[in-house]
Amino acid sequence: MTKQIVFAIALLLTFAVFGYTIARIIRFFSLTKKGFPIKNLGKRFMIMAEVAFGQTKIFRRPVLGFLHAVVFWGFCVIIFGSIEMVIDGLFKLEKSLSFLGWFYDFLMATGDIFAFLIAIAIFVFLFRRVFLHVKRFEGIEMKKISHIDANVALTIILVLMLSLLGMNAAYVSHTNAIGGEIIGYYPVSNFLAPIFSGMSIESMQVQHEIYWWTHILLIFVFANLLPYSKHFHVFMSVPNTFISRLEPLGKLRNMDNVTREVKLMMDPNAAFAAPATDAPIERFGVKDAEDVMWNNYFNSLSCTECGRCTSVCPANTTGKKLSPRKVMMDLRARMKEKGPQLLKNKDFNDGKSLVRDYISEEELWACTTCNACAKECPININQPSLIVDMRRYLVMEEGSAPGEIKAMFNNIENNGAPWQYSPEDRLLWTKDLEINVH
Amino acid sequence: METRKIEVPVMADLFARGEKPEYLFWVGCAGAYDDRYKKVTRAFAKILSYLNVSYAVLGKEETCTGDPARRAGNEMLYQMQALQNIELFKAYEITKIITICPHCFNIFKNEYPDLGGNYEVISYVELLDKFIKEGKLKVNTDTFKNSRITYHDPCYLGRANDMYDEPRRVIKSISGDVVEMERNKSFALCCGAGGAQMFKEAEKGDKEVFLERMEDVLKVNPDIIATACPFCMTMMTDGIKYKNQEEKMKNYDIAELIVMSLGL
Ligand code: SF4
Ligand code: SF4
Repeated sequence: MTKQIVFAIALLLTFAVFGYTIARIIRFFSLTKKGFPIKNLGKRFMIMAEVAFGQTKIFRRPVLGFLHAVVFWGFCVIIFGSIEMVIDGLFKLEKSLSFLGWFYDFLMATGDIFAFLIAIAIFVFLFRRVFLHVKRFEGIEMKKISHIDANVALTIILVLMLSLLGMNAAYVSHTNAIGGEIIGYYPVSNFLAPIFSGMSIESMQVQHEIYWWTHILLIFVFANLLPYSKHFHVFMSVPNTFISRLEPLGKLRNMDNVTREVKLMMDPNAAFAAPATDAPIERFGVKDAEDVMWNNYFNSLSCTECGRCTSVCPANTTGKKLSPRKVMMDLRARMKEKGPQLLKNKDFNDGKSLVRDYISEEELWACTTCNACAKECPININQPSLIVDMRRYLVMEEGSAPGEIKAMFNNIENNGAPWQYSPEDRLLWTKDLEINVH
Repeated sequence: METRKIEVPVMADLFARGEKPEYLFWVGCAGAYDDRYKKVTRAFAKILSYLNVSYAVLGKEETCTGDPARRAGNEMLYQMQALQNIELFKAYEITKIITICPHCFNIFKNEYPDLGGNYEVISYVELLDKFIKEGKLKVNTDTFKNSRITYHDPCYLGRANDMYDEPRRVIKSISGDVVEMERNKSFALCCGAGGAQMFKEAEKGDKEVFLERMEDVLKVNPDIIATACPFCMTMMTDGIKYKNQEEKMKNYDIAELIVMSLGL
């Protein structure tokens, strides 16, 4: 009974803390802009199935992609075991899902095998992070804390997998020792079980208990650490693929508030006809965290800091300051800084903003909008749209742009071309055009 | 060999005569003004005449699509250009547009619809591919028999609009020696000129993007870099110069390659 009570308290605490954290994060969404409706649910499910569950984009780098896919698929299976542990713990049961029959055997067996494979994969990941100098994990946005964060999370996962294997192996050896029937099938743990063979039956049971508690309590702790870590992507990345942009990568979002203005300008009569509104002045583009659309913020929370985007960014690879990963991390950090204040007072102003204090103009102007980053991102984050939104703010609200860009704007306005040529010369290419007749 | 003069049909003239061409051939600012890309425009016009395609250009009435303004954040200017163009297209009852610039292609196809401009937008790359497939363009495979060709994917055809195979089929129709760079298709490296970068100095860094791309090119050691975008063309041509490869390699647009192999 004590065990049940302790377990129930631990579970309750986990849910309470987790609920608190998530509620806090969700409130930040109320600060962001709407304008990204979720339609085409069928198509979205397909994308989620492909990109998240099929891990298709991760496989753009086949070797490490495979290791990550193993971890992901393993998690999907092992989670059933964790659910069972919660039920068992609460109701003092044992193997409560075993009524599933052959499917239970299958779940336990794959979970057991995956635990082993995940442990290997995590070991490789850790080794790489600690001992190899991987360029993708470096960059100005990658502070010491980012590295610690990654390593702590990896270590926790490693311990989780080892405790799972320990638990299964202790279970197998204990059940064998008392001549009971083993429920479920554990290929790897069967192999490991002899480790416990020298022990007394009681010690085997104690071992099992220790691993059981370590595993489940660590899951509880981990779940509550995740939202404060880059490993929040464990929760966020699957839904993030669900909210993927469905348009071709080349498309930029239309600004409807600009369309209204332009139509008024082109047809001054309409200006009189239009009813006077006292709606607050809208912001053109993105200056600060609260100007982004909700999906941009969702993206930033999902970002795993993997750096795949930055490693293919032409600006970044040629030594320019822009790093699409940094753009995502900056948005997240800025919301974390300003969001709580804004929730208390919607006019809060600390004299800082996302543009400039976090992301410099130099970074913004270095983007070629080539979409390499968006193509590469394993969870379909769209960085260029946010970068262009920040340029929109700079240009339309501040009139700030590199001199040559301003000249280009002038040329388009005056000559209808980005270069200073007269429209009269548009047909010069047709002069003396001849074709050979065979 | 005889030659025939080509009169490029202009929309306003045709309309005055009560004629309506099937396609608008959108030349684009680079196609009209850039000395190097004008040759590509001419090459493509030759192909259109050769195949008796019913088309016309806007000529003096053409203006910027607004693409560089939009990517540089000037949504206001972009929309003014776009709405003006949409009005003009309406006046000429235009429904089909052929472009020779991936940036024009992308903006017409993906972005004008938000402002009420819905057209069938066709890239010249698709058109060339289609004509070759249908056997209308009987290319002579001798011209480039001994040329090793590599293709540089423009971001706005490739990643932006998933057009990877069409240009490759066009090139493969003229040469058996087509090599891929290590970064190709959706992995291709930008030339460095998109997103309005064409019109300004690059930000400070270790090197220019086009030089990084040239290193990819040099690794496969081609005789010809085939491009399909005016900006890529400028950058690759510069790259060839910077790397002192003018003796060894040339940069041609795929429309030019077709014209050469047809002997037009
Ligand atoms: S779109 Fe911009 S940020 Fe993304 S890879 Fe290209 S240059 Fe970098
Ligand atoms: S934006 Fe995507 S690719 Fe870039 S670091 Fe984040 S998850 Fe990785």
